[in-house]
Amino acid sequence: MGNFYLDTPGLKHHLHHPLMKRIVELKERGYADKDKYDYAPVDFEDAMDSYEKVLEIVGEICENIIAPNAEDVDKEGPTVSNGRVTYASGTQRNLEAVRKAGLMGISMPRRYNGLNFPVVPYIMAADMVSRADAGFENLWGLQDCAETLYEFGNEEQRQKYIPRVCEGSTMSMDLTEPDAGSDLQSVMLKATYSEKDQCWLLNGVKRFITNGDSDIHLVLARSEEGTRDARGLSMFIYDKRNGGVNVRRIENKMGIKGSPTCELVFRNAKAELCGERKLGLIKYVMALMNGARLGIMAQAVGLSEAAYHEGYAYAIERKQFGKPIIEFPAVYEMIALMRAKADASRSMLYETARFVDIYKALEDISKDRKLTQEERTEMKKYAKLADAYTPMGKGMTTEFANQNTYDAIQIHGGSGFMKDYACERLYRDARITNIYEGTTQLQVVAAIRHVTTGTYLAQIREYEAANYKPELEDLKNKLIAMTAVYELVYTQVAEYKDQEYMDFHARRLVETAAHCILGYLLLQDANTDESFRRSAEVYINYGQAEVNKIESFIKNFDREDLGYYKQV
Amino acid sequence: MSFKIIVLAKQVPDTRNVGKDAMKADGTVNRGALPAIFNPEDLNALEQALTLKDRYPGTTITLLTMGPGRAAEIIREGLYRGADGGYLLTDRAFAGADTLATSYALSMAIRKIGAFDLILSGRQAIDGDTAQVGPQVAEKLGLSQITYAEEILDMTEKSITVKRRLERGIEIVTGPLPILVTVNGSASECRPRNAKLVQKYKHAKTVTEKQEAAADYTELFSHRPYLNLEEWSVADVQADVEQCGLSGSPTKVKKIENVIFQAKENLTLQPTDEAIDQLMKELIANHTIG
Repeated sequence: MGNFYLDTPGLKHHLHHPLMKRIVELKERGYADKDKYDYAPVDFEDAMDSYEKVLEIVGEICENIIAPNAEDVDKEGPTVSNGRVTYASGTQRNLEAVRKAGLMGISMPRRYNGLNFPVVPYIMAADMVSRADAGFENLWGLQDCAETLYEFGNEEQRQKYIPRVCEGSTMSMDLTEPDAGSDLQSVMLKATYSEKDQCWLLNGVKRFITNGDSDIHLVLARSEEGTRDARGLSMFIYDKRNGGVNVRRIENKMGIKGSPTCELVFRNAKAELCGERKLGLIKYVMALMNGARLGIMAQAVGLSEAAYHEGYAYAIERKQFGKPIIEFPAVYEMIALMRAKADASRSMLYETARFVDIYKALEDISKDRKLTQEERTEMKKYAKLADAYTPMGKGMTTEFANQNTYDAIQIHGGSGFMKDYACERLYRDARITNIYEGTTQLQVVAAIRHVTTGTYLAQIREYEAANYKPELEDLKNKLIAMTAVYELVYTQVAEYKDQEYMDFHARRLVETAAHCILGYLLLQDANTDESFRRSAEVYINYGQAEVNKIESFIKNFDREDLGYYKQV
Repeated sequence: MSFKIIVLAKQVPDTRNVGKDAMKADGTVNRGALPAIFNPEDLNALEQALTLKDRYPGTTITLLTMGPGRAAEIIREGLYRGADGGYLLTDRAFAGADTLATSYALSMAIRKIGAFDLILSGRQAIDGDTAQVGPQVAEKLGLSQITYAEEILDMTEKSITVKRRLERGIEIVTGPLPILVTVNGSASECRPRNAKLVQKYKHAKTVTEKQEAAADYTELFSHRPYLNLEEWSVADVQADVEQCGLSGSPTKVKKIENVIFQAKENLTLQPTDEAIDQLMKELIANHTIG
């Protein structure tokens, strides 16, 4: 029996990062649950051992159930009739397996029947599920919504809904509408309070809703009549048992076909307000989106990993001119770069997940007691880092997933263009990752702030100050040179004090910072685990060339040339 | 309505991936060279038991296994999936048992466990492929038996209805409780281990394991009694030593031959994806390929 957890040693490496000690300590709060729950850990080692054992279950299900079903699920897809969605038969089997294995509500506290896992092992499970079937990752990953319910719902709502999620109820977040995509403040779905029913009623249409026929929905709706902006929006919980929402159609998509993307019609659907009125978009959806973006990063990492495996397996098997094609430099370079991009993406994913873990755990503690001054500083530090790394990571990892799946097809040659190999499915599945939950262009908008305020540079300096083995000195020097370029190009762009000019180069600046950060993360990996050395070397060579390309572009760019790009 | 179920399970060497050192010179299986796994058809049997537990709340599942100390892993694997408890029959005197001695020992342990409605076991173990132990246990306990079960369709307080998978079709039979049922590999696959149960039972150990292992988490054994796995010796089940192990085993291996696999079976397939898919599944299932 194969196992996605055991066959990817990088996962164990990231799970055992030194920062986990602090994360588990915060998450388990003195291991007090051990006296109340028979499955709670008694100390740090016990907790880590539990994460490993559960990840082994995930790895086994991924390899033996979800991955073998992926091709049929892609072909069969979900169907809709009489307003209800039926999943593909493989999807149903996948869901049954993850439910029976108790893999829903992984990060929820035990008092709601969850496993109380930190974000790191939870996201690691997502990484593997996505490698098995990126479309299924969407359905399974929407358990993230429970996190929002936990953070912003009241105690009664938590008790009512979260245990159901842990039992296996599915969720969805109903945000997008026909005229409100990236611009969510235009959401028009109407929420009116009915004195007669003593609850809110929702009316309107939602579109592009992933898993839109789920059991429990979080819905963004306009509760304040007459408003037109974000301040009129609130968040609601809709329970499918109450009825009132029908699926009008499901989209015929290019990829992630197993995941039903629904158009929903709300007709007097009874709903509960979640949190406070008017904070729906401003506060709750923003939090929801950050969690979801981390999930998409995991999806991208899984796809990058799967693409590498497909490409590598074909390249050692396929013989041309009397030898396996992997022996040709043009091919082995592609394979090495795919490995490096997958490793870099994964390092970014778990670095971000650790930042999220620390600040979220402290935030959760702050609900029960006042944080100390040090704790508040710690929370702020990691919240800021999470805020900086999430858009950068989402942008980079999803673009890499596209590149890796593209290269996987290229390695297959003509065969890769046929439906006979998994690489064409991976390629189609990857294409949405750099679009939904905010396009790469929008991730840049969120990330550029941290270029201008220096968050990235400060973090790069921290990485730079760490101790590395002497044999890694050359790599570190390359990174120091890359960082100097980053500072230089930023200054060159910033000195004009022209917002449009800054926006024009924003993606280049964010990517320059990203290449430095990803390089350092791999350098750290290589410092503690020799098996990352190759990826560190390959990635830093690649990153340095990319950074130099950007430098050349910006250096030679005449601001007046902007006019050539504008078409009105 | 609820039932008491006993599941017989065996730890076996994973003969699905054999190397050249799989057999010893004397013709016995080299257990050290192969990973130890839960016998696959016993997992099918466990799944039938777990399905009944889902269907009839209050039903309990007790695992019974015989083997060396490390076979305690079988009990844990059962607990991880939803069984309620288990016993490991382990004693030097049980070693070298053939099917007769094994079924004798198991039947004595079942007598000690006490009342039950249903005994489930896999049809056969992949190390011996005899399919004799289940039926012999039924004989020794004077029970009715149903073999080759693919699905338990129904249970009442007095009877069980089972779908049997035979070579050329299926048969639906009803038998009286208590009864022993052996389950075929074509039955539903066993569910995965459950995340909470794995965390709950991962420290569960037998007395022998506690003595062998480093003294971690020892304080848990007193206030989490379910972590203490029971081991039974020949004396514990009041068995006759003469009828156990090698001395109770009339089977003697006369000769071992290396057989080169030469299949001469013909099969006509419809030229459809489904037919090819089915063929591939069968070839993988019977280990012709893969």
